[in-house]
Amino acid sequence: MWPLRELYSAGLGAFALGIAGGIAAHFGLRSAQRISSLFSVFALIGSLLEGAAAVGGLRSGGAILWAVPSGVPYLTYVVRLDALSSFFVLTLALVGAGVAVYSAGYGKHGAAAKNPALFGALLNLLLAAITLVFTAGDVMFFLIAWEAMVAAAYFLVVTDHEQAESRNGGMLYILMSRAGTGMLFVGFLLLAAPAGSTDFRALHFTGQHLPGGFGSLAFLLLFLGFGVKAGIIPLHIWLPAAHPVAPSNISALMSGIMIKAGIYGMARVFFDFYGALPVWAGMIVLLVGVISALLGVLYALMEHDLKRLLAYHSIENIGIILMGFGAAMLFRSYGHPDLAALALIAGLFHTLNHAIFKSLLFLGAGSVLHATHTRNMEEMGGLIRRMPATALYFLIGAVAISGLPPLNGFVSEWLTYQALLGGFGATTEIARVAFPIAGALLALTAALAAACFVKAFGIAFLALPRSASAAQARETAPAMRAGMAMLALCCVLLGLGATWFLPVFDPITNQAFGIAAGHRLVSGNGAILSAGSAASGTVSTLMLAVTLVALSALPLIIWLIWGRRGRSVTGPTWDCGLPGLTSENEYTATAFSKPLRMIFSVLFRPRREIQAEYEISPYYPKAIHFESEIEPTFEKNVYEPLKDGILRVARRVRWIQAGSLHAYLAYIFVTLILLLLFAVRG
Amino acid sequence: MIERFVSVIGQAAMVLLFSPLIAGLGKALKARLQTRRGPGVLQPYRDLYKLLRKGMVIPDTASWIFPLTPFVLFSTTLLAGLLIPAVSAQAPLSLFGGVLAVVYLLALGRFFLALGGLDAGTPFGGLGSSREMTISAIAEPALMLAVFTVALGAGSTNLSSMAKAAVGQSWHFLAPSQMLAFAALFIVLIAETGRIPVDNPATHLELTMIHEAMILEYSGPYLALIEWSAAMKQMVLMTLLINVFFPYGLSADASPLGMTVSILLFAAKLAALASAVVLVETANAKLRLFRVPELLAVAFVLSALALISTFLFGSRG
Repeated sequence: MWPLRELYSAGLGAFALGIAGGIAAHFGLRSAQRISSLFSVFALIGSLLEGAAAVGGLRSGGAILWAVPSGVPYLTYVVRLDALSSFFVLTLALVGAGVAVYSAGYGKHGAAAKNPALFGALLNLLLAAITLVFTAGDVMFFLIAWEAMVAAAYFLVVTDHEQAESRNGGMLYILMSRAGTGMLFVGFLLLAAPAGSTDFRALHFTGQHLPGGFGSLAFLLLFLGFGVKAGIIPLHIWLPAAHPVAPSNISALMSGIMIKAGIYGMARVFFDFYGALPVWAGMIVLLVGVISALLGVLYALMEHDLKRLLAYHSIENIGIILMGFGAAMLFRSYGHPDLAALALIAGLFHTLNHAIFKSLLFLGAGSVLHATHTRNMEEMGGLIRRMPATALYFLIGAVAISGLPPLNGFVSEWLTYQALLGGFGATTEIARVAFPIAGALLALTAALAAACFVKAFGIAFLALPRSASAAQARETAPAMRAGMAMLALCCVLLGLGATWFLPVFDPITNQAFGIAAGHRLVSGNGAILSAGSAASGTVSTLMLAVTLVALSALPLIIWLIWGRRGRSVTGPTWDCGLPGLTSENEYTATAFSKPLRMIFSVLFRPRREIQAEYEISPYYPKAIHFESEIEPTFEKNVYEPLKDGILRVARRVRWIQAGSLHAYLAYIFVTLILLLLFAVRG
Repeated sequence: MIERFVSVIGQAAMVLLFSPLIAGLGKALKARLQTRRGPGVLQPYRDLYKLLRKGMVIPDTASWIFPLTPFVLFSTTLLAGLLIPAVSAQAPLSLFGGVLAVVYLLALGRFFLALGGLDAGTPFGGLGSSREMTISAIAEPALMLAVFTVALGAGSTNLSSMAKAAVGQSWHFLAPSQMLAFAALFIVLIAETGRIPVDNPATHLELTMIHEAMILEYSGPYLALIEWSAAMKQMVLMTLLINVFFPYGLSADASPLGMTVSILLFAAKLAALASAVVLVETANAKLRLFRVPELLAVAFVLSALALISTFLFGSRG
């Protein structure tokens, strides 16, 4: 018997110790700096214990750990570790452990070093709050945990609050989050009122039985509310503003696991609270997924700020996850539980994979930021020689996020393709055409992501240093490297060992669709991944990797037979006859993405300005000033008018706030009367 | 087990040894069409042999990505060649991955090749990498949608199943969905293998080149591996096209006679497709870089039409 409850509470206890110790040290000890890595140890222990609890939850199919009444109506502290919760807690544990190890070395750097103890406390608070979000089994308790998570993340985003950019990013984040929570509140109320209970167990498969349009309304509100947190387009604008300004280990946690809280909420609502939803619901989720994926990667391509680039890729990957979710909802509507299970596994597996490689990439970006003191890729370059370990881990993350074999990103994208292809046979309506087209757009997204990571890795790590600080960069602390190494290893293991991991999804699909689909995807001798009967196709990342290594021996043999006569010399790179290649000759990130900026100019509406100063003739410019920017479509066309509208309305109704106490008392009185009338009538 | 082993070795040898011949055939035919004498058909073999025996100049700005790239490119391309059916409907390593694995293995090779282009720090390498990644990205949806259309007809993304499904139906390729998908894939083939009107494999003018710019810093054996991989990639994609759309003559058994006939047929079909590519190349001028997306948009529309006609007339139609 797995000691679920003990492991879970010990994990939360470790986080609590980290929180309490951090606060105590911050206010009590002047030498908090010296023990700052201690709080990362608490985070690590807590993550590992929660991971162990999650493994137990997945093995046993889940359990209620506690149900403690609070004394307040409609609030019961239900903690439940069912299969879905366990899976997300496991994701949190893997990411949390890597980030905690990294943080042990990171705490001494940057803005976090000013209040290291408080920072450690908040880190533990964020992990604890997300754990509670994943395991809360009651609506009100869930919302409390949700708000604790939002608050902890806000304080962490504004760690560097002396910078206006951090404050603005944090403000946008908290505003959007509040709007999202508002929608969640109403959505949950609509859902829970007819069920007469706020316990998650009571809400199982009740959504579609709601009267009238309430079911659809609640679905939309919950989708949008969770969508704000997940960063779906067009609710994404806080994400590229808030993630880059946070300390990098916090960016890793936010992109890796916190936005997955939105995905968790959607999975809970779509596949637990609702049974078969109408077709339009699945179509909306699929469409939002496609749009988020494609626009996310296109905006990422235009970024030269390494961390903003990664933040836009989070939007892209949330889109890929939602393509899996949307397909799963549609397949259930069409009555194909086996396909639905495949699509859900694709979405959930991509959730885990993205959590791992995105936090790895953010940690890598953090190391680069620490070494070069800039987030601007145009000022990096040549880091592979100065930071070889960071470069290797970043490359592993880049290959994984580009969906290339044999790493983990490929496996979940492959599953998504198979699910989408299977969808063509799921119905005979014209809607079936949507599935292969979504697949083709997923292919475009993945190819653009590969282009973007060629740019990110090639410009930041390869060739010559583009600035003095890049030339003086040094490899980061051993703990930071260890944290990245752990996550890089996860990318490799989840890629090569995907078939051994897939049975983890059995209890989840069993709970949602009554099919234990995970182990059915494994065929042959256990190393071959098969999409099943509905969408046939096989792949084996392990065998592909083994064969690749074996085949790369072939050119070596050929070379040894014929090629030994030639001598290999190292020489200067050809520079068109100029006196020596300098970093100014190199292709820049702006230049690299120029063809795509031109091709998708309808979306980007690029604007550029070139000023050149001449001395003798136009062929010998003395100085050139180049400026290029793209139009932030959503900010300009959606949020600016919205902001203006809200301000205009606010000005109109300002007279209500007259400053007179009598008036306010009158308002309260009128409200009370109205409520009493409502109560009497109702 | 032995049989599987023999087929792996056989197909690997065929892809390795015949791919330069197809490249040479194309070059010779193109020279004839331009009323030049041109090099002999065997010239690519001589080039590879010569390059393998030469010394190398490694740029002093390059990192370990630079020497790694030729090996990654070579092995991914060769492995892709083992996943597709060539002379027999059963591809040697079919179980290891279907058409998605082929596309993504080629993408892995391209990923490293583009990094190799950036590694030396010359502007040409960056220019080539940028254009290569751009064009391959916008070719991707057309490629995938056309492949999906065929896969939906066969009910599988496994290439052996796709070839077998096509073998079973005579005059299958005359179905509108098949013809449209073939047209789309033909355009993608031209883009992916860097032929006119998308890229000019014979140019070293910096403003027009794509692939050649990326590999400008490579020399000697590394260059040989890259050139060889390019020839293999061309053969892999052509084989894919041939055996998915015109699989007639794929041997069903391993009898010597059946194998001989199917090898000859396969060679004839490859030669025909290579000639078609050369004809297109000779009859057209190279497009401006920013006109290429329009060509690939045509390919995407063709494959979307293929999909819709599958919907209208049924997958077997």
